[in-house]
Amino acid sequence: MDESKQKSDYVFRSRARAWIDGAATGLAIASTVLVVMPLVAIFIYLVYKGASSLNLDFFTQIPKPEGESGGGMANAILGSAILLGLASLIGVPIGIGGGIFLAEFGRGTKLAEAVRFTADVLNGVPSIVMGMAVYALVVTPQMPFSALAGGLALGIMMIPTVCRTTEEMLLMVPHAVREAALALGVPNWRSVLSITVKTASPGIITGCMLAFARVAGETAPLIFTAFGNAFWSTSLTRPIAALPLEIYKYANSPYDDQHRQAWAGALVLIVLIVLAVSLVRWVTSRGVLKGAS
Amino acid sequence: MVLCALSIFGIVALIAAELMRGSNLAWSKFGLGFFLKTFIDPFSHQPNYWDPVNEHFSALPFIYGTLVSSFLALLMAVPLAIGVAVFLTEMCPQALRGPLAFLTELLAAIPSVIYGLWAMFVLVPLMREYVNPLLVKTLGWTGFFDDTNPTGLGFLTSGVILAVMILPIISSLTREVMVAVPHSQREAVLALGATRWEMIRMGVLRNARIGIVGAIILGLGRALGETMAVTMVIGNSLDIQRSLLANGNTMASVIANQYAEASNDLHLSALTEIGLALFFVTIIVNGLARILVWAVTRGAPARVN
Repeated sequence: MDESKQKSDYVFRSRARAWIDGAATGLAIASTVLVVMPLVAIFIYLVYKGASSLNLDFFTQIPKPEGESGGGMANAILGSAILLGLASLIGVPIGIGGGIFLAEFGRGTKLAEAVRFTADVLNGVPSIVMGMAVYALVVTPQMPFSALAGGLALGIMMIPTVCRTTEEMLLMVPHAVREAALALGVPNWRSVLSITVKTASPGIITGCMLAFARVAGETAPLIFTAFGNAFWSTSLTRPIAALPLEIYKYANSPYDDQHRQAWAGALVLIVLIVLAVSLVRWVTSRGVLKGAS
Repeated sequence: MVLCALSIFGIVALIAAELMRGSNLAWSKFGLGFFLKTFIDPFSHQPNYWDPVNEHFSALPFIYGTLVSSFLALLMAVPLAIGVAVFLTEMCPQALRGPLAFLTELLAAIPSVIYGLWAMFVLVPLMREYVNPLLVKTLGWTGFFDDTNPTGLGFLTSGVILAVMILPIISSLTREVMVAVPHSQREAVLALGATRWEMIRMGVLRNARIGIVGAIILGLGRALGETMAVTMVIGNSLDIQRSLLANGNTMASVIANQYAEASNDLHLSALTEIGLALFFVTIIVNGLARILVWAVTRGAPARVN
């Protein structure tokens, strides 16, 4: 009697366990589907809306006055290019230098540990805060909103990202390569610069592209540094247009035509970013770096 | 190289110094009360939180908005993110793993302003037409959902878009800490006759829990400071309202909305003080999260994500 009760208890419990296992699996699959869905939805909608609004004018014309149809974002594209160029000038060298220090010269030291930690924390600081700091630093009554301020804000944001990806890429270089160089009597700095960094350079370059793609879509710090401009402007000391800023402005406008422009701008931006991310993934997964070993 | 590395400290110091300088005026006028109390209008006895014309400033509605929208986002994102991470590390067929991980990575790379654009034209109408009326009808009695706001904007909508945005961060970090759990743990639990879910629960999730908490806190850090998408869908009101469907404002969104056209020095200074608070909060939250994640993944091989 007792034994049969125990047995049925056992059967019941193992059924329940199997059922819970199935339910958990189902929930995990359902949540994955639920997460992938908005992504697919965003992409399809973006391509559909963007592609139908994209034309040659978009790349060659400047914005028409509000309410008139037509026009493009040529000045914003140029402005974004200038801003990103400035940002790269600031962010890439400093970031790579920091990354080399973390992975090579300072490896294992307390200082490197602290820098790595600070870089990670800095990565999480909202971009709008960076924009405010640059505003307080650069924007004065003598020099109001300017391309220079926008470039500086974006450049500062690039530093921690470039620094950390450079470090990660350098750590992927096999130790044997370093040892081989050192065994030949090459000084450490020389071995780092012309052997390790060179071996990791495809990775470092794609890391920079990733940081580039990230800041390419940044809007918040530009609102009060670059400010935006409806006309052609290449001056570094004057307000300048930028693609994400125009998207923000046009999304809030009441005109359908400007909404279309916003979608087209978003499509251009996303294509740039997807290209960069895919490239990074391709380089790291294909093991371009392993060619050295 | 050392200089480049040290520049990172320099940047943090620079941001802190500049924001402190900028917020000096508001700090000396309001002190700590800026974050704690508000001006009550002597005639109407209504609180007047943010009034640039009469120079009454209080950060309360923005702190409230930031907390509410971030909390809603975490509520939606955390279970989903852990589900995705479990699926990708433990259940997924090898062939699907790469593409799915890539997709979630892409989700992390989409700029905030594009999420905002999508939310404005797809999510907001969806909320306005279907979700909000349903919530008002079924949960209206709780008092958290009322139909005074017909726009579809508001806390809940920004919570949803925030959830979509922080999901990839939480799930990829959770995945990282789950991968760092040694295989012998899984094998040991399986050898005792556990089902797959029991193995995941006892062998993986329990060992990785500190890191998962870290991942969630990191997601919280992102949600707190997220600016553009929230600014575009939260509705920008300067009041505190109980309804989750009401318009609001977060610390980041009020800065984005008003900083470039601040009406006077005190207004600018008060906004800078909000930025300073945001800076300190995100530094603390991110630092904490990193420490927790490191506690788990330390010793695991370096990975590029």
